[in-house]
Amino acid sequence: MLKIEGLTAAVDGKPILKGIDLAVPAGEVHAVMGPNGSGKSTLAYVLAGREGYEVTGGSATWDGLDLLALEPEERAAAGLFLAFQYPVELPGVGNATFLRTALNAIRRARGEPELDAMQFLRLARERLRALSMPEEMLKRSVNVGFSGGEKKRNEILQMALLRPRLAVLDETDSGLDIDALRIVADGVNAMRGPDFTALVITHYQRLLDHIVPDRVHVLVGGRIVRSGGPELARELEREGYAALQAQAA
Amino acid sequence: MPAVNETLETVQSVTQGTYKWGFETDIEMEFAPKGLNEDIIRFISRKKGEPEWLLEWRLRAFKAWQAMSEPRWAAVKYPPIDYQDAYYYAAPKRRPKSLDEVDPELLKTYAKLGIPLKEQEWLAGVTTSPDGTARAPVAVDAVFDSVSVATTFKERLEKDGIIFCSISEAVREHPELVRRYLGSVVPPADNFYSALNSAVFTDGSFVYIPKGVRCPMELSTYFRINAKSTGQFERTLIIAEAGSHVSYLEGCTAPMRDENQLHAAVVELVAHDEATIKYSTVQNWYPGDAEGRGGIYNFVTKRGACRGARSKISWTQVETGSAITWKYPSCILQGPDSVGEFYSVAITNNFQQADTGTKMIHLGPRTRSTIISKGISAGHGQNTYRGLVRISPKAVGARNFTQCDSLLIGDRCGAHTVPYIENRCMSAKVEHEATTSRIAEDQLFYCRSRGLSEEDAVGLIVNGFCREVLKELPMEFAVEAQKLLQISLEGSVG
Repeated sequence: MLKIEGLTAAVDGKPILKGIDLAVPAGEVHAVMGPNGSGKSTLAYVLAGREGYEVTGGSATWDGLDLLALEPEERAAAGLFLAFQYPVELPGVGNATFLRTALNAIRRARGEPELDAMQFLRLARERLRALSMPEEMLKRSVNVGFSGGEKKRNEILQMALLRPRLAVLDETDSGLDIDALRIVADGVNAMRGPDFTALVITHYQRLLDHIVPDRVHVLVGGRIVRSGGPELARELEREGYAALQAQAA
Repeated sequence: MPAVNETLETVQSVTQGTYKWGFETDIEMEFAPKGLNEDIIRFISRKKGEPEWLLEWRLRAFKAWQAMSEPRWAAVKYPPIDYQDAYYYAAPKRRPKSLDEVDPELLKTYAKLGIPLKEQEWLAGVTTSPDGTARAPVAVDAVFDSVSVATTFKERLEKDGIIFCSISEAVREHPELVRRYLGSVVPPADNFYSALNSAVFTDGSFVYIPKGVRCPMELSTYFRINAKSTGQFERTLIIAEAGSHVSYLEGCTAPMRDENQLHAAVVELVAHDEATIKYSTVQNWYPGDAEGRGGIYNFVTKRGACRGARSKISWTQVETGSAITWKYPSCILQGPDSVGEFYSVAITNNFQQADTGTKMIHLGPRTRSTIISKGISAGHGQNTYRGLVRISPKAVGARNFTQCDSLLIGDRCGAHTVPYIENRCMSAKVEHEATTSRIAEDQLFYCRSRGLSEEDAVGLIVNGFCREVLKELPMEFAVEAQKLLQISLEGSVG
C-alpha cells in the first residue's frame, strides 16, 4: 500500500505540493490527472527522491516503509520505479550495459544472485519480444538518438526487466503515437496483479482507455481536488480542468 | 549542481586508501650515490657493462642537458626540482640469471599487481580476467626501479625471430640494432627530459619484430618504482620491420609516499613499410594524496616514426595516475600513406595536473592521423589537452581529424584545450572538434532511480564518455582499465 499524507513540497523555495493525501492499495492502479503546472511531475520526483525537490511536510510510506528517508537507489531497491517523462540520454553507455548494471544492483539489494551477460541477454530478449521491440535497442547508447516513442518504450522495457512492485509513470503517454501508446499500455497491463501497484500520471484521458485505472484523482494547484472511478477521466476529457481550477483558486 | 557536490563530499571521505598499489616491497637494494654528475653516469654505464660508444653518447647528452632548462610552457605548477637530491640507480642486489632465480619477494610483488612472472601460470590459465575467462598469455618484461628483473616467453618469441628483452640486454646482445636506432626518433637533445633520460637511463624494454612477422602475443612491460628518493628513467625502443605487426602494452605503479618522485622516460618506435605498431599505456603511478602531497612527476617523451609507406603507429593511453603528467606521444608520418593515431583518456582528481596530447607531423603524401582525446577533471584536478597537427608542403592530400572532449565533475577543477594547427599544404584537410560537458544532475538521478549507487552511476557515465578510447585497448586490458577509471574517481566522485 502506498500511503501519502499531508505531503507538501517546494522547488527553489516555491511551494508546489500543498498537502497531498492519497492511498493506493496494493495491486491497484490509480491515475493522477491534472492540468499543466498542477504539481504532477513534482509528485513523481518527490516519490523517487530527486535532489532539489524539497519535502516540507507530510509523509509517504510504502508498506509502512518511510520512502522519504531513503536515497533514490534505496527506493529503487525497495521496489519503486519511476518512468520518466523525459528519459535522460547517457552517451556512450550501451543500453544493455545500463540495464544489466541496474538489474544487478537491484538484485544485489534484494539478496538475489546477479545475472551474467548471457543470462541477462536471454531475459532481455524475452522482454523485448513481449514488447514488440527490436533487439537492436540493446546495442544503442541509452536514449541517445532515440525518437520520443522509443525513449518511452525503453522506459517500459526497463520496468519490465526490473519488475518493480510500485511504479510511477510520469506522462508516459506524451509524445506517443497510437501504436506506441498501445505497446506501452500492454507493457503496463502485463504487469498488473496483486504484487504490482502503480500511479499513472497523465494530462489526457486517452492512456486511461488502455490502462483502465481502479481510481482517478485530480490534482489541481498542488492538492487532490477530486477522486472517483474511471468515469471521472472521461468527464474531465469532456469538460476540461477549467471548472476545477476555478473552484480550487 | 547540489547532487554532485554532495557526491564529492561523500566520496572525499573515502579518498584515503583507494590507491591499492601503494605498498612497498622490502628487498635488499644497491644504490648509486645520490646526485647527478659524470661519475654517476660512468657508474651506471659500468654497472651495465656498456660499450664505450654508449658511455660517450650518455656523456654528450649530459652536457646538452646541463645547458638546457626545464620547459615551463605546460599548464602545470610544481616547486623547483632538485636534480642532485635523488638516486639515479637503484637495483635489487640479487640479480637472477633465469626466471627460476627471480627473488620470491619480487615474484610476490608482481603477483600482487596481477602480473605473474611465471610462464606456467599464464599457460595453465591461472590468470583470469575479471570476468572469469582465462586470459591469453602476455609476454612481460618487469622493470623494478632501475633494472629489468625478468622477461617472460622470450624463447617462444625467439622462434619467430622476435627479440623481446630489456634494453640493457639488447645493448649487449644486439648492439648493431641499438646503435642504429637509439636516439633516431627522439634525439638526446630533443628536450630537457629526453636529454636527462639519455644521460642516465637505466632500463626499459627492447622489441624487434622481423620482416613479415605478426607477433603471436601481446608484449608488455610493467614498470614499478619501489625505492625511496629514486627516479626512474626508462628507455624503450620498438622496431617493426616491413610488413610486421606488434601490440605492446605498458603498465606502471608506485608506492604511496609523501615525496614526489621523478619518472622521465623516452619511448621510440620505428615502423617500416606496411608495419603496424600498437602501443597502449595504462599509467597508474601514485597520484599523491587528497591534499596533493606526494605522487610521481611523469615527464615523458614518446614518439613514433612511420618511416615506411603505409606503416601505422597507434598510441592508446589511459592516464589515471601521477601528480603531474607531461606527455605527448607523437607520430612522424614520413612514409607515403602512413597512419598515426592517438587515443587518450586522462583523469585528474584531487590535486593532479595533466598536460597531455600529441603531435602529428605529416611529412609524406596522403598521410592520415586521428586524435581522440577524453579529459576528465574532478576535485581540484587540472587537465590540459595540448596537441600539434603540422602538415608540411609535401604532405599532399594529408588528412587529420581531431576530437577533444572534456568532462568536468564538481566546480573546482579545470579543463583546457590547446590545439596548434600548422597547415602548409592546400590539399590537406584538417578537422578539429571540441566539447566540454559536466555530468548532469539528471543523468545521475536517472541512474540512481534505477538502483545504481552514486559511485556506480558516475563510473558508468565516465566509462560511456571514454568508450571510443577504451575500445582501442587490447581486450585483455580493457576491463581492467574500466575498473581503474572508476577507482581513480572514487577519491572525488565515485
